Amino acid sequence: MSNQQVDRSKRRFLVAATTAMGGVAGVAVLTPFVMSMLPSERAKAAGAPVEADISKVEAGMLLAIEWQGKPVWIVNRTKEMLASLPKNDPKMVDPHSEQPQQPIYCKNETRSIKPAYLVVVGICTHLGCSPTFRPELAPADLGPDWDGGWFCPCHGSRYDLAARVYKDVPAPLNMEVPPYKYLTETRILVGEDTKGA
Amino acid sequence: MSAMQKLVGWIDDRFPLTSNWKAHLSEYYAPKNFNFWYFFGSLALLVLVLQIVTGIFLTMNYKPDAALAFMSVEYIMRDVEWGWLIRYMHSTGASMFFVVVYLHMFRGLMYGSYRKPRELIWVFGMMIYLALMAEAFMGYLLPWGQMSFWGAQVIISLFGAIPFVGDALSLWIRGDFVVSDATLNRFFAFHVIALPLVLVGLVAAHIIALHEVGSNNPEGIEIKKHKDPITHIPLDGIPFHPYYSVKDIMGVIVFLMVFTAILFFAPEFGGWFLEPDNFIPANPFKTPEHIVPLWYFTPFYAILRAVPDKFLGVVGMGAGVVIMFFLPWLDRSKVTSIRYRGTLYKTILTLFVISFVGLGYLGTQPATTVYTNIARVLSVIYFSFFIFMPWYTKIDKTKPVPERIPE
Repeated sequence: MSNQQVDRSKRRFLVAATTAMGGVAGVAVLTPFVMSMLPSERAKAAGAPVEADISKVEAGMLLAIEWQGKPVWIVNRTKEMLASLPKNDPKMVDPHSEQPQQPIYCKNETRSIKPAYLVVVGICTHLGCSPTFRPELAPADLGPDWDGGWFCPCHGSRYDLAARVYKDVPAPLNMEVPPYKYLTETRILVGEDTKGA
Repeated sequence: MSAMQKLVGWIDDRFPLTSNWKAHLSEYYAPKNFNFWYFFGSLALLVLVLQIVTGIFLTMNYKPDAALAFMSVEYIMRDVEWGWLIRYMHSTGASMFFVVVYLHMFRGLMYGSYRKPRELIWVFGMMIYLALMAEAFMGYLLPWGQMSFWGAQVIISLFGAIPFVGDALSLWIRGDFVVSDATLNRFFAFHVIALPLVLVGLVAAHIIALHEVGSNNPEGIEIKKHKDPITHIPLDGIPFHPYYSVKDIMGVIVFLMVFTAILFFAPEFGGWFLEPDNFIPANPFKTPEHIVPLWYFTPFYAILRAVPDKFLGVVGMGAGVVIMFFLPWLDRSKVTSIRYRGTLYKTILTLFVISFVGLGYLGTQPATTVYTNIARVLSVIYFSFFIFMPWYTKIDKTKPVPERIPE
C-alpha cells in the first residue's frame, strides 16, 4: 500500500470537489442568518394600511399619522397655496413628477387625488430626516421667495407645498407620495389603493 | 527548587508560559529611544479593557428595547449604585478611545511606522479603526435619544445611496422600514458581542505582527541590523519588560489624571462627548434642529456634505477612510522618519493635519455656503496628501540616516 504512487490529479480533483461542496453548504447555512435580519412578519404587518379621518384637518393645517413607522402627512391646502404651485415650476428639480415618487394617479400638478389634500411620506429623500412644515410666506430665515413648504433641518433641503424638491439642495427627489385611496369623502386609507385607479 | 519554580516548570511542560513571557515581554527588544508618542498604543489597549469591563456592567441594567432603553439608561444614571460612574466611564472611554487612536495613528504617520516591513501592522490597525467606528456608531444608538435615533437614520440612509441594491441593503440593516426596535436590538447584539470579538482578534493580530518584525522608533532606524554577535540581541534594543512596562505605567498615570478629570468634572464635555439632544427620548416624528455626529466622525461627515451629489458624497466619505489603508504603498521616500525628511513633506503633513482638524470642526457646524466652500478646499487638501504622496515623497530632499540610533 505504501509503495503505491499518489495520484496527484485525482487528489487535486477531490480536494477541489470537496471545497466546492463545502462552500455550497456554507452559503446554504449562511442564508437563514442573513434572512433573519430582514423585516419580520410583525414588522411587515405593522406596515399594513392605516385609516385617517381628514375632516378634522382645517385649511392650511397638517395632520401627521404613522404608517410603517414613518410619518405620513396629510395637508389641507388653501386655494392660495394651490395657486402658488405652478409658478414654482422653474425652481423645481422635477416639476412634473417624472420620477416614480408617487402612484400614477398622483402624477399631476398638485401630486394628489383631490387637489386640496396632499398625502406624503414625511421623510427627506436626502438622508431620511423629517423636514419641518413651514407654511408661512417669506419668513426671515428662509428668504423673501419662500412660498411655504418644508425645510429639512439636517442638510437644508427645501420642498414646496406639493412636496417637490427645490433645485440646488442636497435632496435629489420629491418626497414620496404613498399609495392611498378615499374610503368616503372624509376618510382615507394610506398604504393601499384601488388597483388600476 | 522552590514551590513556585516547580509550579512554573509543571506548567511549562504543558503550556508555553515562560517562552511566551520571554518572547513578548522580558526578551522582546524594543528600540531604546521611544518618546511620549509611544504611550498611545498601550493606552489604547487600556481603554479597550476599560470599555469591555464597563460595558459588561452596563448590560446588567440596560434594556435593548425601544420602549425601555431610554429609561433604563436614566435608571442606571439615577438609581443603580454607582451606575452614573460606570456609564460615564463608558461614554468618556468611547471618546478617549478615539483621542488615543488618532494620536497613535499620527505617531505612525510621523515616524513612518507603516513602512516596510510593517505594512500589515498598519493594515490591521486600520481594520481596528474601522471596527471601532462601527462599534462606536452602534453603541451610540443604544441610549435611544434623539441623536441616537436620527444619527442612525442618517448613517443607515447613506447605504441607500448605493445604486440598485441601496434601498434593499438599508432595509436589511434596519430590519424595518425605519429605525425601530428591531434595529436597536440588533445593534445591541453587534455592539456587545460581535464587534468586541472582532476588535480583540484584530488587536491580537496587530500585536503579533508587531512582535514579528519589531517596533519602529522616532529615528526610523532598523535596530535589528546591528545585533550583538554572540547574544544576537539588537545593540540599540532594551527589553520591553521592565523598561517599557514601567514607562507605560507612567503614561497610564498621566492618562488617568486626564480621564478622571473629564469623568468627574465634565463627563458631557460641553456636548462634545454626549450631545444635549440625546437627553431627549427618540421621537421618529421630530428631527432635531441640528444633527451632528460625535466629534470623531465629523471630518468624514464634512467631506460627505462638501460633495454636492448624494451618491458621490457617500463615495467621498468612504474613500476618505479607505485611502488610509494604502499609505504603506503610497510613500516612496528613501527615509522612514520625519526627522530625516525634507521641508516639502513636513509642509504637506502640516497641511494634512490642518485639513483633518478643520474638517472635523466644520462637520460640527451648520452647512452654510462659506463653511461648505472651506470644507471643499480642505477635502481637496486631505485627498491630495494621499494621491500625490508617491510623487512628493520621491522628490523631497531627505537627510542622510545614520546606521545606529544616535546617543
